[in-house]
Amino acid sequence: MTQRCAVHATFILERTYPHAPARVFKAFADEQAKAKWFSGPDGFETHERQFDFRVGGQEVLVGKHGASHDNMVSAFHSVYQDIVPDQRIVYSYRMALDGVPISVSQATIEIRPEGTGAKLTLTEYGVYLDGYDDNGSREHGTGWLLDQIGASLESRTVE
Amino acid sequence: MFQALADPSRRGMIERLSHGPASVSELAAPLAMSLPAVVQHLQLLEASGLVKTQKIGRVRSCVLDATAMSQAERWIHQRRTGWERRLDRLGDYLNQTRDDDQIKGDKS
Repeated sequence: MTQRCAVHATFILERTYPHAPARVFKAFADEQAKAKWFSGPDGFETHERQFDFRVGGQEVLVGKHGASHDNMVSAFHSVYQDIVPDQRIVYSYRMALDGVPISVSQATIEIRPEGTGAKLTLTEYGVYLDGYDDNGSREHGTGWLLDQIGASLESRTVE
Repeated sequence: MFQALADPSRRGMIERLSHGPASVSELAAPLAMSLPAVVQHLQLLEASGLVKTQKIGRVRSCVLDATAMSQAERWIHQRRTGWERRLDRLGDYLNQTRDDDQIKGDKS
């Protein structure tokens, strides 16, 4: 039985990199550079990849996960909504697992100079859709989620 | 959901319900507020899908909807950890390349 629900959530991640904002931006804007770090997890087998970095352009990453993720096929389809060179990228995206949509999100990446480096802030909010079978992990849900409320803004420095 | 959990009284009600179903008056007992105020909080929790209520006779019983909790948990957790890993890899990539994107040394 599929229980229909739509759950809304937001999270924010912050990182500081000892590199100029232009370099951090380029790692998002350049296809080859982005492919070096924005890939699926270990054991991920890429089936389809598209990259069109301009407002209205699409980025697609479809592939199969390893046995640790039940060999699921995940599909990421995104559209760039706003691009300010070296400063900001806004895109919206849809995630599907085995052909079933599981979430629709909007993500904003802001890059600001900090000292000689750059501070990256990722703010993502979206709606989780029904259709993802929960493999019995529900028992530890409450405490974990309550902890997350306090930890929703995380600051971390990468040396 | 996060708005529903933003209030300490509502978090207290969720914590109470995580131990098992409770009536509205049982939920209100430890809280320093009027019953109508408790009902208002409860309505918000119900609208968020976190809590279900059912009237049995004259008593309204409240129960936590574990399904909504765990689905949200999984979604947020996956998005966050996915990005944590990617931002780590971005840092490694930036450290291993020069301004012209050439790989430093023999590292690939």
